[in-house]
Amino acid sequence: MTALTEPPKESFRLSMLIYDTRYRSMTIQVVALIGFMLVAAWLINNTIVNLNALGKPVEFGFFTEPASYDINQKLIEYDNQDSHMRASFVGLLNTLLVAVLGCATATIVGVLVGVLRLSSNWLVSRIMAVYVEMFRNVPVLLWIVLAMAILIESLPRPSAFRGDEPDATMKVFDSVALTNRGVYIPEPLFTRSLGNIHLFGDSALRFDISIDLIVFLLILGGSIYAARRITAWANATQERTGERPRIWHINLAVLFLPTIALLAALGFHLGYPSLQGFNFQGGIHMRNSLIALWLALSLYTAAFIAEIVRGGILAISGGQTEAAAALGLRPRRITSLVVLPQALRVIIPPLISHYLNLTKNSSLAIAVGYMDITGTLGGITMNQTGRELECVLLLMLVYLTISLIISAVMNVYNNRVKLVER
Amino acid sequence: MNKSVFLGALTVAGLAAGAAAAATLDDIKARGNLNCGVNTGLVGFAAPDANGNWQGFDVAVCRAVAAAVLGDPQAVEFTPLTGKTRFTALASGEVDMLSRNTTWTLTRDVDLKNTFVGVNYYDGQGFIVPKELGVTSAKELAGATVCIQTGTTTELNLAEFFRVNNMDYEPVPIETNAEAQQQYLAGACDTYTTDASGLAATRASFENPGDHVILPEIISKEPLGPLVRHGDEEWSDIVRWTLNALIAAEELGVTSANVAEMASEPTNNPEINRMLGTEGNLGEMLGLDADWAVNAISAGGNYGELFEKHIGENTPIGLARGLNAQWTDGGLLYAPPFR
Amino acid sequence: MSSTHGDTVRYVRDTMLPEQEPPVTSTGIIGWGRENLFRGPFNTVVTIVSLLFIYYVLAGVLPWVFQSVWFADSLGECREIATATWGESHGHACWAVIRERWLQLLFGFYPSELYWRPILAFVLLLVALAPVLFPWAPNKLLWVSAAYPFLMPWLMWGGTIWSPLLVAVGFAILILGTRYLSEMVGSLGAVILATLAAVVWWLFLVGPISSALSGALPIGLEAMESRDFGGFMLSILIGVVAIGCSLPIGIVLALGRQSDLLIVKSICVGFIEFIRGVPLITLLFVASTLLNIFMPPGTDFDIILRVMIMVTLFASAYMAEVIRGGLAALPKGQYEGADSLGLDYWQAQRLIIMPQALKISIPGIVSTFIGVFKDTTLVSIIGLLDPIGLTNAIRADAAWNGIYWELFAFIALLFFIFCFGMSRYSMYLERRLKTDHS
Repeated sequence: MTALTEPPKESFRLSMLIYDTRYRSMTIQVVALIGFMLVAAWLINNTIVNLNALGKPVEFGFFTEPASYDINQKLIEYDNQDSHMRASFVGLLNTLLVAVLGCATATIVGVLVGVLRLSSNWLVSRIMAVYVEMFRNVPVLLWIVLAMAILIESLPRPSAFRGDEPDATMKVFDSVALTNRGVYIPEPLFTRSLGNIHLFGDSALRFDISIDLIVFLLILGGSIYAARRITAWANATQERTGERPRIWHINLAVLFLPTIALLAALGFHLGYPSLQGFNFQGGIHMRNSLIALWLALSLYTAAFIAEIVRGGILAISGGQTEAAAALGLRPRRITSLVVLPQALRVIIPPLISHYLNLTKNSSLAIAVGYMDITGTLGGITMNQTGRELECVLLLMLVYLTISLIISAVMNVYNNRVKLVER
Repeated sequence: MNKSVFLGALTVAGLAAGAAAAATLDDIKARGNLNCGVNTGLVGFAAPDANGNWQGFDVAVCRAVAAAVLGDPQAVEFTPLTGKTRFTALASGEVDMLSRNTTWTLTRDVDLKNTFVGVNYYDGQGFIVPKELGVTSAKELAGATVCIQTGTTTELNLAEFFRVNNMDYEPVPIETNAEAQQQYLAGACDTYTTDASGLAATRASFENPGDHVILPEIISKEPLGPLVRHGDEEWSDIVRWTLNALIAAEELGVTSANVAEMASEPTNNPEINRMLGTEGNLGEMLGLDADWAVNAISAGGNYGELFEKHIGENTPIGLARGLNAQWTDGGLLYAPPFR
Repeated sequence: MSSTHGDTVRYVRDTMLPEQEPPVTSTGIIGWGRENLFRGPFNTVVTIVSLLFIYYVLAGVLPWVFQSVWFADSLGECREIATATWGESHGHACWAVIRERWLQLLFGFYPSELYWRPILAFVLLLVALAPVLFPWAPNKLLWVSAAYPFLMPWLMWGGTIWSPLLVAVGFAILILGTRYLSEMVGSLGAVILATLAAVVWWLFLVGPISSALSGALPIGLEAMESRDFGGFMLSILIGVVAIGCSLPIGIVLALGRQSDLLIVKSICVGFIEFIRGVPLITLLFVASTLLNIFMPPGTDFDIILRVMIMVTLFASAYMAEVIRGGLAALPKGQYEGADSLGLDYWQAQRLIIMPQALKISIPGIVSTFIGVFKDTTLVSIIGLLDPIGLTNAIRADAAWNGIYWELFAFIALLFFIFCFGMSRYSMYLERRLKTDHS
């Protein structure tokens, strides 16, 4: 390392390392680097010594052993004979699921509340203010626990649906069951299904993708693209001739006919949940733990997002709105064409950090028994194998990767929004 | 080069420190109190009261050990530990012993480097169900939603039980007993599974205990006992024989009421005399005072007294002795001879 | 002009009419209501729906809160009393549990005869913060602020008074050494020498001297173990310690992140991004299971100290970002001005940049504190008895087994009061700082 500060030939004196600004920065950096490496080496050495004393060398062999515990919510196939790695993967997908759901809901609720806080209706703006202050100033862990308790205590148990005159009935034409074990909604089924694509063979990361879904998404994407092309053509025609061709019926057909045809071809029908044995069977089961976590995280984060949105809107000077009004724009168009594009630039950066916060807060799933990656890898796996160091390191690595990906993606978006600025 | 010398020096210093830390008994005596890891809250076994004093059956074992070692049952600092933190807290020396309803298993004994010193409660995993469900056997639970407490052996037993019996089930993992109880009562799960003692305690606290039954199947063996870390045999002996003294005292009829009297002069039972230190030098062998067992027993009483006081039939928890009766009464408690 | 006007118009008012009262419908409560609640049919509907919503919520919550039992020894007794008084109508809160346990929820297991110590520490905290928080506070209070970091641990943990005093002397050595040695060995040498002297003092001299002094002159408080800390006291303590310690670390990290030195910068950025990229709970897992493994064998911090260390690291990454924001908000002219005065880097930071950057950052620091304070509830997951952890312990008491809402309502209320108060204050501060700058 000292080779970096090797003197340049003749007039070098040792004191120049400190007093000569040409070398001083180098000296400081080398000192910092050596100090950093010493500290790191010290920590690692301590760890090795301690682990040897405990007789627990660092090794990741446990990761391929059977996990032998069950996970209730799994997006991919898993049973208790699968490896710890598979269990962690199941947990990771659960983390991502609640993070995505939470971010989406938080954004919608946050924007809505942020706008409503500026409402001219005194009562509405007050209610929104109370909501924001209530959620911002109480720890999210408490909200998660309370959300779970409210779901459990207020919804009927599955047995209440039983009998000739049940205490509870299914909602929405007998298709949705709200129980205190979760919400059962109808699931899409295909009688002439195209089957699944099996990815990653037999490894722990294997998972199936439904070909039906892929085809459906492809066709839907194609329809949307076609509809946009038609709209663009209509716009161009309007520019050229001043007359706008009527296209909404074409668009409607382009959007819906192919997908409807596809669904018919695949034999689409809904599988309804029904009470069998102890529980409802069939349908999609959204467990209480997921709903509680999702609700609490998104309502909590939405309170922060609402403040950001409000701040962003208020940051747009009144002159902008007035100028837009003077141009004859209607209020809704003022919002969508003048205020929002400018406010977004103020809103996006803090929004990103709140998405990150939500994802990190999803690790509190452990409090309601939602099996995310903290519940599997950092919970039962760590507990049963006793490999704390390995598990915590992996856990941190996973979260770090997720965080870095989110901030990278959002930064790209942020830069694109910024480019518009003049 | 330089760095490796430096690291080497650190390693040597580290090993020296590690060796020095092994004498737990000396540390405790120097410190003047025993650090004992307990549950963060389990009815009857460990819970702080309104004044912050820890109470319970597991807690009483800690107090007995403190009394044996330091002569003062109050000289204990309790560290509440979760299922996740308990073994590391013990391994890192944060606590001297763990008395936290911990199941004795081979993995925990061998792989996690603990030493189980005995069993203070023979338990087994059971199921509790509401009577109205009409279930009479755990084999009828196919498709049921099962609440389990995570961080224990229960989830493994459960997975195994249902797999062996070819049944489906929906596990609902829960962190604490209190949460599990709430979910079970609200009907968010059909059955709650944990150690049978925990089930009985939970059931006792219900508004209408009669509406719930504990199923006859016990799907696992759960010998719960205190443990210490590997590598300090003197210390593990002390904890082991303190527990044995509590058990033997019940068998021999030594209670907290008569222990002082019995210890004042030799009785006509030589084993009592050896245990209470009026004959022989068992205390000295353990590195303790001669009256170590007297202190341990007078701290809260013998095993039977502790049982009755914290979890017995006259408490709200109302556990019967069952397997935890003395061997003379058909139970499993069998203290090795004090000789 | 006026004459022609007089000719063409028959009547000209030459006295002002007395000003009329505005119509009843546009003033007072009615006017306000029309303006703010019932403007247009849509608004009216919204208002009515909101009113119904409020009624529904209050009708559910208020009877539960107020038709409640305050005096009982167990949940069962509570239920009996509630049924006897109100019949089987609806839920009734059992505040008796709060009445019995509120001291425990506030102070944990701290002995009740020593409650004055945390209370005094808390009051002194407010006094120490006064110069920062309130512009009208007398400057002499700064002495309290300077003494507080040494006073607070002494009050909370007790023990001999000499240790904190001697640690403070170490800082005096550092400061005086830097000031007076610089004439002899130059400023950089002075810093290095003074730091060395202070470190030697702390590591090797404080211990023996303090035990010698306390042997000779035993002034002290009863020593407390940190495992006796619990409840809100623990949350506040972790929050305050973390924020207090993270401020200097955060400043260093922020400066490092801003610096041109590549290696220093990457170390700082790496640290900040790492901490900000992982959830606090994983850091707490480190505290509960791994930190002792990272330390030399035989080291045994107790768990609360370990949690404080990890939360401090966590807070310092966020603090660094807040201070970086403050630094970035400072006009470039300030840096250039400092340069033109011939100040070196540290002088410029100390005299010009930091005082302004920190002042701008105060609202950010307050909100970081609120965040950290709320996040301290996570320690319940690793088994510490903070308010949420205590709820489990309380519910494990056979008398209160099954109680739920009352405890959480109480905890939520306390957190709300604290955090809401602080966030209001931070907003006030923001406004005040804004007027300063305009």
